Amino acid sequence: MSGSVVAETEEQKYEQFMERINRGEQIEADDWMPEDYRNALIKLISMHGISEIMGALPEKEWVPKAPSIQRKLGIMAKVQDEMGHGQLLLRVAEDLLKPTGKTRDDIMHDLFTGNLKFHNVFHMPAPSWGDAGLIGWLVDGAAIITQTNMLNSSYAPYSRALHRICAEEVFHAQHGEAIIMALAEGTEEQREMVQDAVTRWWESLLLFFGPPSSQVGKSKQDITIKYKIRPKTNEELRQAFLTKYVPRILSLGLEIPDETIRFDEEKQEWIYQQPDWSKLKEIMKNNGPKSQERLNLRRVSYENNAWVREALGQIS
Amino acid sequence: MSTNAVEMTPAHKEALAELLFQLADDDFLLSYRGSEWLGLAPHIEEDVASSSISQDTMGHAKMYYGLLEELGYGKIDDLAHGRSAKERKNSILVERENGAGYYMETPRYDWAYAVVRNYFYTLAKKVKIDSLKKTTYQPLAEVATKVSMELFYHHLHWRTWFTQLLSSSDEAKERMNKAIDGVMADFGDVFSYGNASQSFKEFALIEDATVLKQRWEAALKEVVKALHIESPIIQQPDRNGRLGEHTEELDRALSTLSEVYRLNPAVPW
Repeated sequence: MSGSVVAETEEQKYEQFMERINRGEQIEADDWMPEDYRNALIKLISMHGISEIMGALPEKEWVPKAPSIQRKLGIMAKVQDEMGHGQLLLRVAEDLLKPTGKTRDDIMHDLFTGNLKFHNVFHMPAPSWGDAGLIGWLVDGAAIITQTNMLNSSYAPYSRALHRICAEEVFHAQHGEAIIMALAEGTEEQREMVQDAVTRWWESLLLFFGPPSSQVGKSKQDITIKYKIRPKTNEELRQAFLTKYVPRILSLGLEIPDETIRFDEEKQEWIYQQPDWSKLKEIMKNNGPKSQERLNLRRVSYENNAWVREALGQIS
Repeated sequence: MSTNAVEMTPAHKEALAELLFQLADDDFLLSYRGSEWLGLAPHIEEDVASSSISQDTMGHAKMYYGLLEELGYGKIDDLAHGRSAKERKNSILVERENGAGYYMETPRYDWAYAVVRNYFYTLAKKVKIDSLKKTTYQPLAEVATKVSMELFYHHLHWRTWFTQLLSSSDEAKERMNKAIDGVMADFGDVFSYGNASQSFKEFALIEDATVLKQRWEAALKEVVKALHIESPIIQQPDRNGRLGEHTEELDRALSTLSEVYRLNPAVPW
C-alpha cells in the first residue's frame, strides 16, 4: 500500500467508490465500502439467505407426501437446492459481517428474535399438494424475476451466487409447472386443487415484490438502486411478473381472483386490484398465518441439535 | 450361471420377488425417514449432504421396484405407495420414527439415532450389495454395481459422523451409546430372509445370512475397537419385518407417505 492511499480521507474513498459503481465495476468482499452499502447488503443478503432456509419449510411438508417416487425425488431435490442456496448466501453474508464480529449464529438468533425478517410468502399455509406445485411454479417464478434483476449487482460475491441460484430456480419453476400441468389436465378434484392454490396465493404473489416506492431517496429500495445493487423498482418487477404469468395461468383455464385485472395498452401496464398492504406489515412483525409455527419449527431443530454443534467443536 | 425372467420357474420367480421386496422396502422406508429430516439437520451443510443420500436411496428403491414391475408384480408407484403394512418386507429398523413428534409440528428428532441407524444400515447394505454383485439374476447384479458406486460415499459419510461423535463431548458419547442400544434392539431382522433362506440358496440369489452377518460384525469390530466401545452383536429378532410383522410406526409412515397417492391411485400426478 502506498502512503497516498493511507492518507485518503473518507470522502475521497467514498468518491472513488461511487466512481467505480457508476462505471459499472463490481465490488469484492475485501474492498473498501461505505457503511450504508455494507449494511444494505447485509440486510438484503441475510434476509435472502434466511428466506431460502425458511422457504424450505412450507414445501418440505409435502416432501414425504409427494404422490409418486418421481415426485418425491423431484421435490426432495428442489427443497435441498433451497437449503443449498441458503448456505451459499449465508456464506456471502458472513463475509460482510466479519468487520462487525457477527457470525451465522447471530443471523439465526436475529431470526428468532424477529430482528431478521424472512420473505412474506413463507409465512403462508400450504395445505394441499396443489400448493406444493404452485410454490415451485409461481413463487419460484417470482423469485427468478427479482433475482434476475440483481444478477449484475454491484456486489460481486452476491452476483456470483445469484448466477448459480437463478440457474437452479429455472429447474424449480419447471418442476412446479410439471406438477401444475399434471393437475390441470387431471380429474376435477385435481383441477380444483390447482384453482384453490391460485386463489389462495394470488394476493401473496402481489405482496411478494414489496410496496411501490414512496418517499424518493429514503427507502431501502432507493439505496439499493443508488448503489446499483438492483436496477428495477418493486412495481417494475411486479409488472414483469404479471406480463409473464397472467397469460400462462389463464391458458390453463384457471381463474385469477381479481375481476378487474387487465393490461392497459395505452399506459402499457397492468391494472389490478391492490393487495391489502397491511397484511405485509403484519407479516413483517411475524404475525402472518404460519409465522410462529414455522419459526417454532426452525427454533426446535436449532435447539434440539445444539449438542451436535457443541460436539463438533470438541472432537478429540 | 445367470438367468433371465423368461426361463424362470414360478418358485424361482417367487424367491427373486421376495428378495427384491425386502431390498426395495428397506431403502424406500429409510429414504422416507431421511426425507422427514429435510430442513431439520444439525447444520445447513449436513442438510444438503444427507438429502443427497436420501435421494440416492430412494433411487435404489425405485430400481428394485422397477425390477419387480418387469417381473409383473405391478407398477412402481403402486408397489411403493399402495401396499399395506402386512405386505411390507422391510426390517423393523427402517420403519422406526426419527424421534418424538410429527415432522410438521414439534419434531424432537434424535441426530445420534439418525447417525447410528444410517451407519449400521449402510454397512449392512454394503455387505448385501457386495454379495448381490454375484447373484445369478443378471439385472439385479447390474443394479448392485450401480448402487455400490453411490454407497461408497454414503458409507464414508455416516462412518465419519459415527467416529466423530464418539470421539467428542461426554454428552455426545452418552447419546451415541444410547442410540447404539436402540438400533441394535431392532437389528435382528436386518439380515433375516424371512421364510426364504432355503430358496435364496437354491437359486443362488444371495449368500447365506449367517455369512453376511459375520462380515458385518467383523467390519464394525475394526471401527469400534479404535473408539474403545464394545462390538455390537446381532441378536435374534423379537419381531420380524421380513415376515410382515411390523410396528404402528410403519402404519403411521404409510399413511403419511401415501396421503396424496390414495386420493386417486389410478391417475397420474
